[in-house]
Amino acid sequence: MNGHIDSLPAEDSDIQVRDVWASYGERNVLSGIRLDVERGSFVALAGPNGVGKSTLLRLVSGVIKPTRGSITVSGLDVSTLSPRERARLVSVVPQDPELPQGAPAIEVVLTGRNPHLGLLSWEGHTDVQIAVEAMRLTYTEDLIERPVDELSGGERQRVAIAIALAQQTPIILLDEPTANLDLAYQPAIMELMRNLVSSGKTILAAVHDLTLASQFCDEVALMCGGTSLTTGPPEVTLTEENIRTVYGAEVRIIEHPETGKPVIVNSWR
Amino acid sequence: MERSSEQTRARGVEAISLDKIAVRLIGIKYPWWRLVVGACVVVLAAIFACTQGSVDIPFMAVVKILVSRLPGIAPASELPSTWDTILWQLRIPRVVLAAIVGGALAMSGAAYQGLFKNPLADPYLIGVASGAGLAATIVLLTGIPLVVLGISVLPIAAFAGGIGAVAAAYSIARSSQGTPLTTLILAGVAISSLAGAVSSLLMIRSDPDLRPVLSWLLGSFISAEWNESGIALLYLIPSLGVILGFARVLNVLQFSEEHAVALGVNVEKVKLILIGMATLATATAVSFSGLIGFVGLVAPHIVRLVWGVDYRFILPMSGLVGATFLVLADLIARTAVSPAELPVGIVTAFCGAPFFLYILRRRRVRGI
Repeated sequence: MNGHIDSLPAEDSDIQVRDVWASYGERNVLSGIRLDVERGSFVALAGPNGVGKSTLLRLVSGVIKPTRGSITVSGLDVSTLSPRERARLVSVVPQDPELPQGAPAIEVVLTGRNPHLGLLSWEGHTDVQIAVEAMRLTYTEDLIERPVDELSGGERQRVAIAIALAQQTPIILLDEPTANLDLAYQPAIMELMRNLVSSGKTILAAVHDLTLASQFCDEVALMCGGTSLTTGPPEVTLTEENIRTVYGAEVRIIEHPETGKPVIVNSWR
Repeated sequence: MERSSEQTRARGVEAISLDKIAVRLIGIKYPWWRLVVGACVVVLAAIFACTQGSVDIPFMAVVKILVSRLPGIAPASELPSTWDTILWQLRIPRVVLAAIVGGALAMSGAAYQGLFKNPLADPYLIGVASGAGLAATIVLLTGIPLVVLGISVLPIAAFAGGIGAVAAAYSIARSSQGTPLTTLILAGVAISSLAGAVSSLLMIRSDPDLRPVLSWLLGSFISAEWNESGIALLYLIPSLGVILGFARVLNVLQFSEEHAVALGVNVEKVKLILIGMATLATATAVSFSGLIGFVGLVAPHIVRLVWGVDYRFILPMSGLVGATFLVLADLIARTAVSPAELPVGIVTAFCGAPFFLYILRRRRVRGI
């Protein structure tokens, strides 16, 4: 499996992962991964459990360091950036975010302004405006005064996305944004991502549900064994053969009646 | 036409609601007045504490004697001069030290609770108390002279013991991946039990008079002097100042550690700075007063339950609540069984625990 993405000119990509190796202690998780995410595109990172999707996201956000290889975001080497500088380029929406207890949602969203504030400076009216706008974009403006521990899973997820928007970063990373969400919330969140991408953001998200990824993402990067990625439009990467290789599962690909995009169903034969 | 007026109206609504939101945000409209009220309460409690004792001095007389020390004001010569001596030599230094220690313990407690995201965290969580206790036990039981070259050894030993224990816990918990807070707590607990065991062993093996050790372990301001407050402030102003400076960052640390990193916080650095400063403040407090429990645990919780979760307010207000609490606890300690004294640590636990339980209970009933 070879990614076609190698041919992409570097200046068009917002995230560049070059031959990256990563390990937790003795255990090697990624060996020689290469990935490019084009500016203003929505790319889904897919693959079986434990293949290293979260690890790859943590590398791009700079939470962990690669043992080998380089990662650049917006043309800058992640390892040379301070946490503050990084947080002005890349924001992260963790899986099942742990939000501070008892704080009203607006205060929580305002913490997204942290990378733009000095140690001793406090948020001002502009920051409040940005936070409120972020909540409007994520349809959480009704929750402004609600303590975050009272929110439902879907609301918390959207508040976490609002925090990332308040960071005003060109790049947003999401780890399983639709996990633990009701059927109705899943497309709503993906739709929201789609809107953000059309307003110029670059989004890389680990997505479990291949059908969902196929409907909303520009590209799907299919991860296999921590060593290689097949990247391309959903129609190209999500083939019965690729999924058999990556997941070891027999599936059938059918066409979505409305979008024409691939829908993945289990094969029962 | 109609549409544009609708837009204006919509924008008007938006502006109003934004303003409404902004005034409720602590970063935009900081409730200074609450801190001013809190500071006044500390002062009133301190003056009241000064009126009580073997000789009762009226409240206004205390105020007059205090004011008379200000430059350009005539001395209050119509009042007995013994009052002036009692106040300036005995009561005021004691009350001031109690307020300083109470404030320091409460603020370090708040910093630890914020850092560890653990409601049970108190300033002694990762070993300051047992390290200081062991050092004090060694000094008091092994016949080391209590004063060397005019400097009293006990506070210095306690200070070194406290810092040493935390440094040991920190270096054990530290790895190339960072310093996991759970490991740090566990290391602190293990070091605490070890130091406690050594202290107990020393006590059992020594001559039977354990009163000085016990009284130190339970805390006391009986020998408070002006210069102690001065030395304490020398350490406390910078350490507590740094903690206050990180108040907004402590809010961000309420997220998961990884999320805080993604929000631009250098978590490892902040952890090291906050643990260092809170330990310095606690060790300073402990070295002058012995081990006073409960202030560092209760004061921040009271503030959090009543006034919310922003550390920019929790930290300073905890300091004021802790100062008031310890001034009043020390008042009870020296007057309740007069002419004898109770260790103040017993009083803080006696008054603090039921009050804390009441607050917890009330909070549950209100269902917050």
